[in-house]
Formats: sequence, C-alpha cells, structure tokens
Amino acid sequence: MTDNGSGVPLEYIPSAFGQILFGSKYTLRQVRGTFGLGGKMAILYGQITTHSSAHIMSSTGTEKINEFVISIDIQRNRPIILKRKVHSNKRKWHGTVIEFAFDGNYTRAMSNILEYLMQTAIACPYANIVFVDPRGRLYRFDRTTRKMPVPPKETLPHPYGVDVETIQRIVNATDCSDMFCFLTRHFHRVGKNTAENFCRYAGLKTGRDPKSLTPDEIVGLVRAMKSFKGFLPPSASCLSPIGVELLELGVRKELNPEFVAVEQRTPSAYSGFPFIIEIGIAYGGGVPDKPGVSLYRFANRIPLLFDESSDVAWKVVNNMINWRYYNVTPDMPIALIVHICSTRIPYKTVGKEFIADRPEVEAELLSGAREVARRLSRFLSRKISFEHEKRRIAIFAKFLPKIARFSTELAGEEKIPDINRLLEGLSKYDEKEES
Amino acid sequence: MMKKRRVSAVSAEERRVSTMKSLEAFGENLYDQMIDGTFPWVRIPSRSTANIHYDEKNRQYILGEKSVRRSSRNIRHIRPLTRLVWTARFAHGLCDVKKTSTLRDVFYSAQAYDVNFKDQAESDNIITDLESVLKYAREDFNVFPEERSAVFGDLTVEYTVPGYEGKRLNLTTHPDGIMIGPALTSADLIETSAQRIIVIEKGAMFTRLVEEGAFKEFNAILVHTAGQPPRATRCFVKRLNEELDLPVFIFCDADPWGMAIAVTIICGSANAAHIRGLTAPEAVWMGVYSTDIEKYGLPSEGLSEVDIKRLRDMLKDPRYQDEPWTDQINEFLKRRRKCELEAFSRYGLDYVVKKYLPDKFGEFSV
Repeated sequence: MTDNGSGVPLEYIPSAFGQILFGSKYTLRQVRGTFGLGGKMAILYGQITTHSSAHIMSSTGTEKINEFVISIDIQRNRPIILKRKVHSNKRKWHGTVIEFAFDGNYTRAMSNILEYLMQTAIACPYANIVFVDPRGRLYRFDRTTRKMPVPPKETLPHPYGVDVETIQRIVNATDCSDMFCFLTRHFHRVGKNTAENFCRYAGLKTGRDPKSLTPDEIVGLVRAMKSFKGFLPPSASCLSPIGVELLELGVRKELNPEFVAVEQRTPSAYSGFPFIIEIGIAYGGGVPDKPGVSLYRFANRIPLLFDESSDVAWKVVNNMINWRYYNVTPDMPIALIVHICSTRIPYKTVGKEFIADRPEVEAELLSGAREVARRLSRFLSRKISFEHEKRRIAIFAKFLPKIARFSTELAGEEKIPDINRLLEGLSKYDEKEES
Repeated sequence: MMKKRRVSAVSAEERRVSTMKSLEAFGENLYDQMIDGTFPWVRIPSRSTANIHYDEKNRQYILGEKSVRRSSRNIRHIRPLTRLVWTARFAHGLCDVKKTSTLRDVFYSAQAYDVNFKDQAESDNIITDLESVLKYAREDFNVFPEERSAVFGDLTVEYTVPGYEGKRLNLTTHPDGIMIGPALTSADLIETSAQRIIVIEKGAMFTRLVEEGAFKEFNAILVHTAGQPPRATRCFVKRLNEELDLPVFIFCDADPWGMAIAVTIICGSANAAHIRGLTAPEAVWMGVYSTDIEKYGLPSEGLSEVDIKRLRDMLKDPRYQDEPWTDQINEFLKRRRKCELEAFSRYGLDYVVKKYLPDKFGEFSV
C-alpha cells in the first residue's frame, strides 16, 4: 500500500504500526479511525496467518525517508523493530508505504473490496486510487478534481461529551492547578463566565486543584457537566465535511447518474459531539437498477458496507419517507448517499458498521433526505411532463401535415397551408430548454 | 305486357356531382381554417343514444340537435380527424374516377397513407362520421358493403359506371336476379311495367316466385334481401318506391327477426339515424303473420328464449307501437310458435303463389 499523504513522523512509526490501542487523545479530531485498531489489526492478522513482518517506509517530506521492518510482540503489546534504515529524500517525497502479507479468501472478498474502493472514490473524488488485485488485475479510480476539503482541526472535548475516564486522563496530564484554568483550557467552548457559572453549579471552588479531586468528585463533576444547561453548544468549525461540490463530483464520477442533488445540513450536535450530515440523491444512468433505493453510507468519508438494515439511514429511507410522494416508484434506479462527519461517529456497536438512531442524527438525515427527494421530485415531474410533451408534439407534427395535405387536395387548392406556426404555438417549452 | 312507364328522377350523375361538391366543401372549410392560422376542426352530429330520437312523423330514428366538435388542437381528436379527412379525400377520389370500394378496402387503403385505423370497427365508425357530417350515405361515396341481395322484374335500367355508360339492361334478363351492387345502385331507372314491389327475406322464396312466374302474375319487381338488408338494398327499395311510385310489400319469416327486417325497411334503424333516404315509410309488412301460421296450417316450431326476449324488447321499441306490429307481437307471445317462408312448400310448390299471396294482396286491397 502506498499513499502520498502527510506521512508518519519518525518517533511515532513503531507505535503507530506495532502497538495496539496506541494514541491516547486529550483532544478530539474528526478522524477515520476511533480506537487505533484497524491498521495494527491488519498487520497482526498478517503476522498470525503468514508469520511475516511488516515493511514500513514513511516520510513527512523532510530530507529523510525512514524504513522499518516491524512485528508485534503480542504478549506485551509492543512493536519489535527488526530492521531500521534511513534513505535520503532528495525529491521531498511524503507519504507512507506499508507492505505485509496475509492469508485471505480473495474470491469471497473481491466484490466487497471493489465496492469499498468504489465508494471511497465517491467520498474522495480528489484521490487517485489504483488497485492491483491478487489475480494481477488493475483497477483504477481516477480523480476528477484536485480540490480537497479543508482538513479537520483538533478540538477540545465538549463538557457534555466527556466520561470519567477522559476527565481522569486530563487530570493526570494537566498543568493547571485550579479548576478555572482546568475548565477553560481543556474543554471546548468554556470561557471565563461559563467556567465560573459551572463551578457554582457543580459546587466546586474555582481555585480547587484538579489533581486533588477524589474519584467520587470526578464522577460528580461528569454528572454536573452533563446536567448543566449553561454550556454553549459544540462548534462544528473543527469538522471537515466533503462539501456539496465534491460529493456531487464523486457521485457523478462513480455512478454517472442522470440527476444528482446534494445537500449539506447545518451542523448539529449530539451529547456534546458536533456532527454534519451530507446527503445526496442520484437517479438513472449508472445507478444500480435494483428494487427500492440503493443506500451508500459514509462515516468520516469511510464507506460502511455491512449491516445496512441496522443503520439509522436505512430506517429513514425505508420507513420514514413516502417515496411515492416524491414521484419515485420502486422500479426506478435511485441511490441515496449519506455522509456523517463528527468528532465521534455514533456507531451502535464496536463493529463500526452502522450508525445508531440518535434522535438528532435521525432528524438531520430525515430533513436532508426530504430536501434532496424534493429536488429529485421536481426533476422527475419535469422529465415526465417533458417526455409527455414531446410525445404530444410528435403526434401533432405527424398528423397536422396530413390534414393540411388531404384538405388542400379536397379543396382543389395548390398551396398547402403553413402549419408550422400552429405547431410552434403548441410547445410549452422553448427550444433552449429542450436541449 | 303492361304499358311501360318512363321514369323521371334525379340522375345518378347529378348525385355523384353533388356528393363530390359536398366533399370539396368539407375540405375547403378545413383549408380556410388553416389559412386563417387556426387549428382546423369540424362539427359532427352526435350519434350517442341520448341524441337519437324517434320521429313519429317520418316514422324513423333521427339525430337530435347535439353535436361534437372534433378539433385538431385536441390530442385525442387529431388522429380521428386526420382519418376523417383522409376518408373524405379517398371518397372524393373514388367518386372522381367512378370506382367503388368496400369498407374492408377502406381499412387497408388507409395504411398506404400512414393514417392506420386501429381496427375495422374504427374505420367503419369514421365512415359513419363522414356520413353524419355530409348527410350523404356511404354508398354515395362509392363505399359499399359486401353484396348479397338481388332484384328481378320488368325494370329497365341504364348504367352509369365506367365502361357501361348508357348501356341498358332489363332486370328480367337473368333468372337468378341481378345483384344489387354498386353498378345497379348508381344506374338510372328508365322504364317499367311493374305495379308493385315484393321484398323477400329468403333466397329460396325469391327463386320460387321467379320460377312460378309470380312477377308476371302480380306484376311485381322482386327484391331479395338475404336476411337483414344491406343499406344499398334499402336505398334501392326506397328508389323503386319513390321514383317508380310503386307500393312495397315485405314478405319474411314469421318470427321476431323477420319483423325486424320489415321494420328496418320501413322505419330504418337507430344505427342509421344520421342518414335520411334509406327508409320506405309507405312499405307494407304483408307477412308471414303469427296468425297466418294457424290460418294456413303452416308447419311451425316453438319460439326460443332469445326469440321471446327479442319480442318483449320490441314491445318497448317506438317503431312497433302501432298495428299490425303490437297485435302480432302479442300473438307470437301467446302462441309461442314461429315458421319460415319455406314452410309454404308443405302444400305444394305453387301454393304460395296460388293461395297465400292473392289472399294477402286481397287483404291490402291492391
């Protein structure tokens, strides 16, 4: 695997690829992973199925490229560095290369892998994706734009969204020696006034040293944070949605539909975590022609392939929207593309395959789906009436000249009357619109 | 031989010319509308049941005031209107070259102009539309149904069809009778010695009357309808009635269907309410009556369910409201017997000519 991303700084390479659950976070950021499990589990899986190590090369665009050969010490959860090398990097390359072997059933996995890549291409139309599969076949998903969304920014946790464990971790790491500093420095959208009001509400002195908090007091603090009404809602400025323009490009590029509508909802929040819903609808063209609405789900730009029917989006699409109302019939090729980005995706299970039906998320999905469905409905009704109109005009255009000819012959006249003016008057749409 | 009478009537040629003029006027109307920049349309008398009335005075069904507007601006009308105009154009062509055509021909001819009719029924219907608009029968447009009926008797006609113009024929020339086809329909009636017309439902009785010399015996022109008479035949009977000024006697089976044939010749049918000139209101139904079955001891059979239902319907039909219809319908319903014309043979081949017909003509004091 090769990418041209920002690369992994030298000091993190062994842990990033050789230590499970690496990366304790005091801050929040919209990232693809959550627990720091995925990549390492893959390497671990390679290790236990083929007894081979992982080859890693990475550079952040400095003078050097670092190369490691790593395996994981499973009992102690530590990377074992088998080999280390430094290459010069004259071209200032940045990115990461990982190579490892694992045992798998490609026949079974193929369709999922290709689907995953295709959907990734939808969410990331700015990425060139090249895949050579175990059978030596080349798959390419070419980018259609060089524009990229603004990367997500790190943000502090919002008081509504923290648990005892997080508070404990922050307490252990903080330099602050009073609650006022502790609250304003480590939490999102907590200013001087809010901190003072909250301390009064929670019955804590602003001058209290956070390190002196007892475990019971920490539990009380978390409870107070959840019930205090005075916090400002989390800001979504740290999030990185795909954007209406890019998502539409992605959908057009991979599904090649006749019609696309994309809507970005205004940011919302659940339990102290900001989130943004983006939703697109595609009709016709290359959209799969299967009964019902095809659903493409994304969370922080990662395609979610499995357990579709447990997802809140599935519920919204299949149980909460009356598609007939939008001129959509079950036989139409329609796809709904749903993206949620958040500092914490509300997955229902650790499998991270489907989004829980949080009321805030459900409401945004429903409103978004209705909005794009309305736009599709307008397109469809226009398309239907346009085709109807075309057929109608064609009938007039076929028969009027005949009436003109036969009656001219009957009347014994020479010149056939000009009926083009009559035909022109029939058209509801002008030529421009027709093309 | 009786004294021959010269006949004076509208000649076939005059009728042809006026039909063509009417078709041309129809085209001019549409043409002028288009020159004025409007979507051409025509007004067609409505033939819906609500618009068909029985006219007591003329003893026939006629159309009321209602009409429908068929406009090329209307997507549902433009196709039938195109077919109507094409049919007019086609009819005009037929009249122009004095050729004839059948309903089936029209259906197929349309396909050459890409104005296909959905089916024969639609094609027939459009022709009926044209009849309604122009008040001319399709026979005037030279569109004829399949021929089956015939005529025999001392009547001299002069053909007008191409190749036979001016050629005369006496209708006793052929013992099987002369087919009432396009040529005869368009022929001019020249002279006759006949004093009455006998219209006969069945071919066997027609032949019997020819063989037994009934045409001489009664001085009659014999017309064979072959069941329900085609419109060309009704039209021809009417011409014989009017142009020769001869009384018409209708002779058919003693059953509701025979009565229906008689009443169609006399009063016409609801189907042809849009056309005048097909009926012979003065014609007389001479038999066979229900009461004749017993009176002459004719072999008979029982009425079927369908016969009885038909008789009951006829009681409600305005065309059967006077005598002898009502009486005879009630007699049929009472006796529940019917018989065919052929039943007279029970008493010998000449019985009908020697006994029945003289009796009947006596009854009607001819």
